[in-house]
Amino acid sequence: MAAAPQPDPFVPQLYRVTRARRELADTATLQLVPLAGPRPHFEPGQFNMLYAFGVGEAAISISGAADAMSFLHTVRDVGAVSGAIAKLKTGATVGLRGPFGTGWPVAAAQGADIVFVAGGLGLAPLRPAIRQVLADRRRYGRVVILFGSRNPKDMLYRRELEQWRQRLDVDIEVTVDHADADWHGSVGVVPALIRRATFDPRDTIGLTCGPEVMMRFTVSALLEAGIAADRIYLSMERNMKCAIGLCGHCQFGPAFVCRDGPVMRFDRIAEFFAVREI
Amino acid sequence: MEDLEHILAEQPFFAGFSAEHSRLVAGCARNHRYDAGEYLFREGESADEFFLIRHGQVALEMVAPGRTPIVFATLGEGEIVGASWLVPPYRWMFDARAMALTRAIGIDAACLRGKCEADHHLGYEMMKRFTPILVQRLHATRLQILDVYGKR
Repeated sequence: MAAAPQPDPFVPQLYRVTRARRELADTATLQLVPLAGPRPHFEPGQFNMLYAFGVGEAAISISGAADAMSFLHTVRDVGAVSGAIAKLKTGATVGLRGPFGTGWPVAAAQGADIVFVAGGLGLAPLRPAIRQVLADRRRYGRVVILFGSRNPKDMLYRRELEQWRQRLDVDIEVTVDHADADWHGSVGVVPALIRRATFDPRDTIGLTCGPEVMMRFTVSALLEAGIAADRIYLSMERNMKCAIGLCGHCQFGPAFVCRDGPVMRFDRIAEFFAVREI
Repeated sequence: MEDLEHILAEQPFFAGFSAEHSRLVAGCARNHRYDAGEYLFREGESADEFFLIRHGQVALEMVAPGRTPIVFATLGEGEIVGASWLVPPYRWMFDARAMALTRAIGIDAACLRGKCEADHHLGYEMMKRFTPILVQRLHATRLQILDVYGKR
């Protein structure tokens, strides 16, 4: 029997916004359900290309799934396309291509300690991986979640962070760059939390996502803590257009972030990581 | 004194200290207890002591007129509060407030500076421990200034 034809990766499928939740002043989470057919399988860490009709297309990380039928995408208004997507209301229609790219090594990390280090909106691509690990908690050693935010007001997924914090089997630390005296939590940068965290560096997988400068400091702190470079993964961000490694817009050294990433193992990109021209 | 020596020896900051150097530092040390909201020191005061937090949490904050204090760092167990005792004019440049019940070891700055002058090996051991902390905090400050989570 002939295999079912694969959909053309350049043709968006139609999705309905079934829920639009305002997370922050400029950030919203959309629940997207296909108008026809099942929702494709995705791995935590992958992204979709979302198409705001008449405006354009942008690569947006998958931030979870409310159920087997939907994708969740957390979108921040940083430009024309992301702004149009972030402003979509319940009932709106959007084009979607994907999922694309590589995922976090959630299954490969089983049996080891796992350290998540997220900064700002970088928590969104890590959230499905965190949810998957917590749903299968017994398969992992110590689970550490470190999250940095600009200030307490701009903290993404605050309610979910508080729920994770209530668990007795997760070490979670949250820090903000700036606060007033009403904030009773930690103030400082998220890489500094790594020194205070408890894990076995010889048997730990480190996953990080956030602004690239923050990830540079984070990788440095993870290495300093004793985690080997081949056990550190980060989610890279570049200007993705075709999403299937053809157009070259997201070239990163010899790799294409859309195809070989966005989740990349640090030892494989270390020599390009600090090269400012790429 | 023996208790303080023992307590200091257990702190990562003093890891690798010789018994003689531990004894010298302990000779300048005393215990402190701060309730939540109590200040270890205030901006402008003489930096005649620095602190090693044993338990609790301390907020470093600055005050601008007409505004609530801005917290720029929090420090916890095993961390050092204050470096202004190292450099003239030995004055604190910020406030340090206990966020919770905090126990700390205070080390008399003039006493320790005197011992470091008399024993440069001790001074070098102290500098080897303080310099990485200062560099880490400088890096952290740069990262904060960059405001990496803000819109580009």
